[in-house]
Amino acid sequence: MAVTIASTDEEKMSRRAHIRLLPDGRHLHLQDGPIDMILEAFGEASEVAQAYCAATARFETVLDELCADLVYLRQPCCTEEAWPGGSVARRMTAAVMPYAAEYFVTPMAAVAGAVAEEILASMVAASNLSRAYVNDGGDIAFHLSDEEKFVIGMVDRPDRPSLFGTTIVSASDLVRGIATSGWRGRSFSLGIADAVTVLADRAAAADAAATIIANAVNLPGHPAIVCVPACDLAPDSDLGDRLVTQQVGALSSAEIDEALASGVATAEKLVRIGLIRAAALNLQGVTRVAGMQPASLASTLSDERVLVHA
Amino acid sequence: MADDAIRCDACPVLCYIKPGRTGSCDRYGNHEGKLVRLDPHVVLDRALERGESVVPFLERNRDWDGTLVSHNDTFVTAIGAGTTYPDYKPAPFIISSQVDGVDMVTVVTEGIFSYCGVKVKIDTDRHLGAECSTVRSHGEAVGHVTTSEYGSQMLSLGGVRHLTGGSRQEGTATCDALLRLCNGKPVDLTIDDGAKVVVQAGTAPIVDGVQEERMRVGCGSATIGMFAKQWFGKVDEVVVVDDHITGVLSEHQAGKLLGVSETGIKLKGRRSTPGRYFQVAEPGTSWGGTNIDDPLSILGKFNAKKAWPGLRLLMVSTTGEHFAYFELDEDLKPNERELPAHLRESVARIKENCEPALCTVLFMGGAGGSLRAGVTENPVRLTNSVRDALTRVTCGGAPVYIWPGGGITFMADVTRMPQNAFGYVPTPALVAPIEFTLKLSDYAQLGGYLENVRPLGSIVAESEKRHRVTAHSDNPWPLQSQALTKRK
Repeated sequence: MAVTIASTDEEKMSRRAHIRLLPDGRHLHLQDGPIDMILEAFGEASEVAQAYCAATARFETVLDELCADLVYLRQPCCTEEAWPGGSVARRMTAAVMPYAAEYFVTPMAAVAGAVAEEILASMVAASNLSRAYVNDGGDIAFHLSDEEKFVIGMVDRPDRPSLFGTTIVSASDLVRGIATSGWRGRSFSLGIADAVTVLADRAAAADAAATIIANAVNLPGHPAIVCVPACDLAPDSDLGDRLVTQQVGALSSAEIDEALASGVATAEKLVRIGLIRAAALNLQGVTRVAGMQPASLASTLSDERVLVHA
Repeated sequence: MADDAIRCDACPVLCYIKPGRTGSCDRYGNHEGKLVRLDPHVVLDRALERGESVVPFLERNRDWDGTLVSHNDTFVTAIGAGTTYPDYKPAPFIISSQVDGVDMVTVVTEGIFSYCGVKVKIDTDRHLGAECSTVRSHGEAVGHVTTSEYGSQMLSLGGVRHLTGGSRQEGTATCDALLRLCNGKPVDLTIDDGAKVVVQAGTAPIVDGVQEERMRVGCGSATIGMFAKQWFGKVDEVVVVDDHITGVLSEHQAGKLLGVSETGIKLKGRRSTPGRYFQVAEPGTSWGGTNIDDPLSILGKFNAKKAWPGLRLLMVSTTGEHFAYFELDEDLKPNERELPAHLRESVARIKENCEPALCTVLFMGGAGGSLRAGVTENPVRLTNSVRDALTRVTCGGAPVYIWPGGGITFMADVTRMPQNAFGYVPTPALVAPIEFTLKLSDYAQLGGYLENVRPLGSIVAESEKRHRVTAHSDNPWPLQSQALTKRK
């Protein structure tokens, strides 16, 4: 990745949030600090326009609201009395609450899904749409009216986007949120999964579950896994001095199976208790699926990318 | 914070960022203690070229009419695309977009070029070093001085021998110098038995600590031809001092035609044709690219039969940067006088007609090898398709010149590419962007990876890792090529 000196002062002087329609005229791009979303609505043109206006209006204050609750959101949630005031922060807290007793988790584990959910909710409330989705860095909230469906592609290596599988979600599936977590993603992971994609009823719930399942795909103490305390990388990380994965060397197929089995067990438990609908776990080219099993979910494409020599 | 983390104030999250790390947005990072912005994958955008920040949405004072416009104004460059190996894997991005109703495909990859280098043109008359002299960076040989061109000294740097044929240090120094030059950064070069020169693409060269201002207006002889009329009657003799061809007004064809009388001047050096002299002095970094500081040192004694006391003599360099005015005394010895106002104008005119001196850097690389296999299953067909002008090759969106003959060996001006378009691998070799654009139907014919073709929209939508940059205004839009409509 190339580095250039930032013209940060200039940017700060302009409005911070970037809101724009992409050149195809259909996708709306919303970006503010770490929030970076693409959304698209389907329906009558006037309804779509109304939805985009609503999304824009809601988006403008989201980051400021979140930052007001940031101290709270970076701590493990425990008691119900201390819930934060902001609606996105409340979505985040609700999503991680089911895991609080058994796992280390802070509401930040659900931030992307919760923001996507909040923006989608504002769009659906303002207009009549056949379909809509809000994709917040791979964590997606979507809306489907009767008989509608979405085809969703899955990516294991965000640094090298290509699909390792696709899945179709129909209105009758009740799935309205998808999230992906893995050590290669933007957030830190305690596990070694390249990507865990979760289908759940809500995006924030999918986001939190993907984090939990990806953490469970692990081979603790394996010499090929390089871990570093989170705070050494990002002093203000909500993960404190917990070890986060920085590099995973080649694993044998038995080791891959073992690591995935641990994640699949966690995923199946979450399916059983109704927190998620399905999960696809990917580690070094091997995919396992928990929960509902659409054939397409496991279809894999090879993605061994190294270097081309001229 | 006890460590050297810095606080990013680009947004209210206010991340503490450790050196070498990025904040939660992945957009800002701590690079050696400084807050910097990171460039993700580059998407050239024609909308930006028109001064817009992509498509403005919902301007405050205007209601949206609900129309959803469609543009074909985005081109994905290979910068940051990554590369694939083994070579039979499809290139990282094979993108389709609609141009004028024809389905276009752009195969975007970053190639590792061991066979690559830069040709550097340095606009200066100053002698930088003898032809074939070794050019060094950090003491290591990285190239050589090659044949000079009009008003310019040429360097040929890099190439497979310096990159991989010498010591480890030589390869690393070469790769580093090439990378910096290609990314528009200054590089200090030292020429054996020659000058020290700071080269940076698109800026004036700095030779032995002196910044070059102007490129010569022409050789000494050409300068006489251009300005003879303006000098006629105002001065009796003019010598334009030039390391290559020094011109003398009274002997030059231009002077003869005007009826300038003989002055009895005697030039040192070798006379080529009337009024044109070679080797009046040694090459150097002073007057007209010679080593002289006193212009009289190139003159012999005036011929007493022809010269006369009071004869007015102007000596000037090919850039007008150096000049001196003399009048002959009773002994026919030149005495320096102040330049009269009416001659000052002609010297200024020479300067005015000199273009600004620049360093220009052309990247040259060969994609004749296996990189082609990332584009098609039948690599030679890609070469043929490029030859037949069905496929357009661009380098970071910049046009390229394809050298005739085998392979796809091309040259491109690095200043026409987005910033930091080049990278490297420790092999050492340069990583350069390369894009092949052709019709979808032609792509199918040459055995392309049709199953890997992705619509442009899917690339643009993954905006997180994509970086939009303004298309270079001088570059033809890569998707808009006459070549693409041409048919054999």
